[in-house]
Amino acid sequence: MTVSLSIENVTAHYGTTKVLEDLSLHIAEGELVSLLGSSGCGKTTTLRLVAGFLEPTAGRIMLGDRDLTRLPAHSRDIGLVFQTYALFPHLTVRDNVAFGLKQRGVSTKERNTRANDMIDRVGLNALADRYPANLSGGQRQRVALARALVIEPPLLMFDEPLSNLDAKLRVDMRVEIRRLQQANGTTALYVTHDQEEAFSISDRVAIMNAGRIMQLDAPEVLYSRPANAFVADFVGFENMIPMKAIAESGDAVRAEMPGGATLSLPKDTFTVPAQNFILATRPEGLLVAPSGDGIPTTLGLRTYLGRAYQYQCETPAGELKANGPLTQPFESGSNAVLIPQAEQCCLLPAEPA
Amino acid sequence: MQRKTHPLLIAFAVLTFLFLVGPLIIIIGASFSDTSFLTFPPRGLTLHWYQNAFEISAFKRTFLTSLMLAVGGTALSMCIGIPAAYAMARYRVELPRFLGNVFVLPILIPEIVLGFSLMKSLAMGINLPIMVSLLVGHALIVLPYCVRVVGASLNSFDFSIEEAAVSLGCPRWKAFFTVLLPNVKAGIIAGFILAFITSLNDVSVSIFLTGPGVSTLPIQLLAHMEQFFDPTIASVSVLLMGVTVAVMAIVERTLGLTFLTK
Repeated sequence: MTVSLSIENVTAHYGTTKVLEDLSLHIAEGELVSLLGSSGCGKTTTLRLVAGFLEPTAGRIMLGDRDLTRLPAHSRDIGLVFQTYALFPHLTVRDNVAFGLKQRGVSTKERNTRANDMIDRVGLNALADRYPANLSGGQRQRVALARALVIEPPLLMFDEPLSNLDAKLRVDMRVEIRRLQQANGTTALYVTHDQEEAFSISDRVAIMNAGRIMQLDAPEVLYSRPANAFVADFVGFENMIPMKAIAESGDAVRAEMPGGATLSLPKDTFTVPAQNFILATRPEGLLVAPSGDGIPTTLGLRTYLGRAYQYQCETPAGELKANGPLTQPFESGSNAVLIPQAEQCCLLPAEPA
Repeated sequence: MQRKTHPLLIAFAVLTFLFLVGPLIIIIGASFSDTSFLTFPPRGLTLHWYQNAFEISAFKRTFLTSLMLAVGGTALSMCIGIPAAYAMARYRVELPRFLGNVFVLPILIPEIVLGFSLMKSLAMGINLPIMVSLLVGHALIVLPYCVRVVGASLNSFDFSIEEAAVSLGCPRWKAFFTVLLPNVKAGIIAGFILAFITSLNDVSVSIFLTGPGVSTLPIQLLAHMEQFFDPTIASVSVLLMGVTVAVMAIVERTLGLTFLTK
């Protein structure tokens, strides 16, 4: 059974503090959507609202055609995987996995069969009679995953499930999570602060800040076409140059940056969104060249990145980071220009001050 | 390589040990003395005082009262203490800080004052039967141990375990019994033992609340000593120590060890 999850205009408060504001999010059947953001952005609050551990002050939460908003947490039928694993220390692996089935009144025999099957699927059948204290972190998280999956929930939710694991295991486990989620076709909501983790396994990612979704898109879109300065900064657009369009000729817009330097942006590759806008780009989006139509700069420290050199660049618009080719190293202190590479730059509307 | 221990350190260790164990040795020795008064070292050896302890019916009667109070008072106190400790651990952020200290008040207030005020309010004020006011009094003096010790094991409990149970379809009240309690069992047992012993040995509160026909063993001992001052009180004390040790051992065996091996 696969269903969709709809969070509709939800507002939530802790005491008198507003932590979520008019948040709407639709997750399609079988889709995995991640909530990504730094701590305090409201991602965990959103998950806890859906789980039923918190109540919204306004709005509605629908799972398929079931209204969850006022339903008690234990009737919601959602598989949850916690950051701390939250295994029952007094139960064996098998009893941990069978716990949800027991609550549903499944007979002992069927319970054990289904629990064993699931333990098998996460590769732990040799450890079924152990207690959680005798398992490693990765094994514990597999048990937690099996425990959430065995009840065949229409919705799976993950609350930072990998942040207590070491780097290598994190990569293995996220693949495992994605594999199981896709095999079951379960709709899933995944909360994390790790961008790589979110981007690698999600169908879509919602980047959150201060209780709101800043952008909800496929990882590929977020990575290359952020919709606003916050998302651009979040996904690593290290250079943000405020600009102002000052003149328009037939095929280009002339724009001025702080410090007075101007840049000509060809209309066929750049779309200027407003008179005041931001030119956002990663270091590889600014090409260091000896001369040309670009941002004049004095090159500072040079670092070697393997595939390119990176320069700290003093420009009239402030310090920028730019990459230069390996075939043509520049000396520190020399003058050059930084040429924006259209396909790696974004022109964003300026934030209202 | 040999580790060198300073002789002064050894001397201190021995002195501390003697200081703790000495009184026990004196009581045990005195209980076997063949004299009609308490003395140490014992002169002669007899089991007469132990026989006497079992023959005096007041000791038997008050021992049963003490036992009932220790079990009942501790149980009553746990019924209040466990939910209180739970609420304080679960809602640590939301609840005011001083609340935790309120539950230690019975330890802070001199027991004599506590006993007197309980007598004034319970026995004289609202005319509770002696046994009931004793029960309430004992529940009150052991409450700090219940709340503190159970609270300590709840503080290291990860409450997302409880949420995990709820997400798997277990109602919250049921999760409290099936998931939370089994995991703080060690704390409950420890709290129970501490409270039980405190109640069993209490004098200062009981002395105000006992009355005609109802007394506890320590109070009866006190009364006996005032009249006779013979080695019977030593033999009863030794028996009381024995009961205490036995209770600890039984609780450890039945609840404590199964908890560890499970």
